[in-house]
Amino acid sequence: MSSPARLSWPLRLFHSLFAVFMLAPLLMVVLVSLTDKGYIALPFSGASWRWYAAIADAHDFITAFINSLWLAAAAATISALLAVPAGLAIAWHRFAGRDALLGLLLSPLMVPHIVLAIALLKFFTLIGASSTWWGLTLSHTVIVLPYVLRLVVAAATGHERSISQAAQSLGAPPWVVFWRIELPLILPGVTGGWIIAFINSFDEVTMSLFVASASTATLPVKMYNHIAHTIDPLLASISTVLIVLTLVLMLALDRFFGLDRVLSGRSN
Amino acid sequence: MIRNPLPWWLASPAALLMLAFLALPMVMLLGLSLNPFVPGAGVGEGFTLSHYADLATDDYFHTIFGRTLALSFWVTLGCLLIGVPEAWVLSRLSPRWRAVSMVIVLGPLLISVIVRTLGWAILLGSEGVINRSLMALGWIDAPIRMMYTFSAMTVALVHVLVPFMVLAVWASLQRLDPATLQAAASLGAPPTTVFRRVVLPQVVPGMLSGVLIVFAMAASAFATPAIIGGRRLKVVPTTIYDEFLGNLNWPLGAALAAVLLVIVLVVTLGTNRWVERRWRRVFE
Repeated sequence: MSSPARLSWPLRLFHSLFAVFMLAPLLMVVLVSLTDKGYIALPFSGASWRWYAAIADAHDFITAFINSLWLAAAAATISALLAVPAGLAIAWHRFAGRDALLGLLLSPLMVPHIVLAIALLKFFTLIGASSTWWGLTLSHTVIVLPYVLRLVVAAATGHERSISQAAQSLGAPPWVVFWRIELPLILPGVTGGWIIAFINSFDEVTMSLFVASASTATLPVKMYNHIAHTIDPLLASISTVLIVLTLVLMLALDRFFGLDRVLSGRSN
Repeated sequence: MIRNPLPWWLASPAALLMLAFLALPMVMLLGLSLNPFVPGAGVGEGFTLSHYADLATDDYFHTIFGRTLALSFWVTLGCLLIGVPEAWVLSRLSPRWRAVSMVIVLGPLLISVIVRTLGWAILLGSEGVINRSLMALGWIDAPIRMMYTFSAMTVALVHVLVPFMVLAVWASLQRLDPATLQAAASLGAPPTTVFRRVVLPQVVPGMLSGVLIVFAMAASAFATPAIIGGRRLKVVPTTIYDEFLGNLNWPLGAALAAVLLVIVLVVTLGTNRWVERRWRRVFE
């Protein structure tokens, strides 16, 4: 639109209320984490950092946090390694069964996590892989692969293949063409996809509740089990740390790729 | 067609992963739902339709399925009512305000569902912020019970899922032809008429994909209904969890999951066909 008209006041009011609605629960978590009481109370009189200091003693939460980081990094990396060749095949080649292949690779977006969770639990029990680290990692790889794939396909679709063909005709072997020309072209899509995959894996809770064991429990699983018993300010301080870390990643994503593009799987 | 095996080689690792860790387990899940349940031992040998018969005849399950569908319906409606106007507002903002608003509206998608639901639990508890403020204002004498209610589950899920609606409608607004808006305005249509008669019909495809995503995700949401609804207000996903990890009745849990999957597919495909027929011109 050439010049955005000034919004009428009812729309401004609506927009503000919408922003309050989106932020209120997150602000509550941050506020509650600053209490000096042993329980959740708002408003409270004394503010303190004691619940942030308490995180240092919550060893099982720290272990779970580290588990989640490794898991998310592994799942995002494996899914990127698989999604890049598959995405290039889909974007640059026309072949029989292409639509079916795309449908298969995007199908994790259609299957509810709770359904996939119990299917995988049954499957892992049968092949003797229940509560293994690699089982959990591959489960996460399955559900985050579509996010990387969409961004790789979107990034590759816009590019002229003639550059690769020129390099080929000048005698560059296929892997040089890929490494020096094609990969740099799609790198923004791969990076954006890797970060989205990392965040989705890190936040995933439903599937991990079934597939993870006590030793591979992720942070969201640990937090869910804690909430099921009690809600205390420790959860709020851990959540605040997560909010701040996510905010940093989010601003980076928005700055380099545009949040709406990365989230809806379109190219820059 | 030229026979070229290269694309298949490139795609085969990803395709094999999906076949082994998605397609095969789903087929096994269907098989599991047809096995008998042996109390104490778990999954028995043989073939039975008794779990599906239970789901079809037992009022306990009818209530749970009814509640799940009602929850998904109200959450989808809520997301439409606030998500569509918000996407419209976003498209009318100046670039700087839009960037800030995008982070506020879409950012929560990246924050763990557990954290967001914890926020609602803090707001809605009987010692929570809303109750304490209302009592301090003297509007109520005793705390209103909001946790473990259907409306609380609905509101929290709208908060979790509305970014998907905004995103879908926003994508469709970007394809909107600005000339049609100017034409309508120059012919004297007030802004509300422009929105209702010109903008809305053009974003139907975006609203449709938003509705499909939100409905499917609401029907299969686990963490938010489990925390906000608790044991009192079971939905299908929390019932599956209890059957699997509580009662260890895996076959019944598998049957619940199969029926949930079929319901989600039927409702989304049905809505899709209905809207595409009703609004055929927009999709061409």
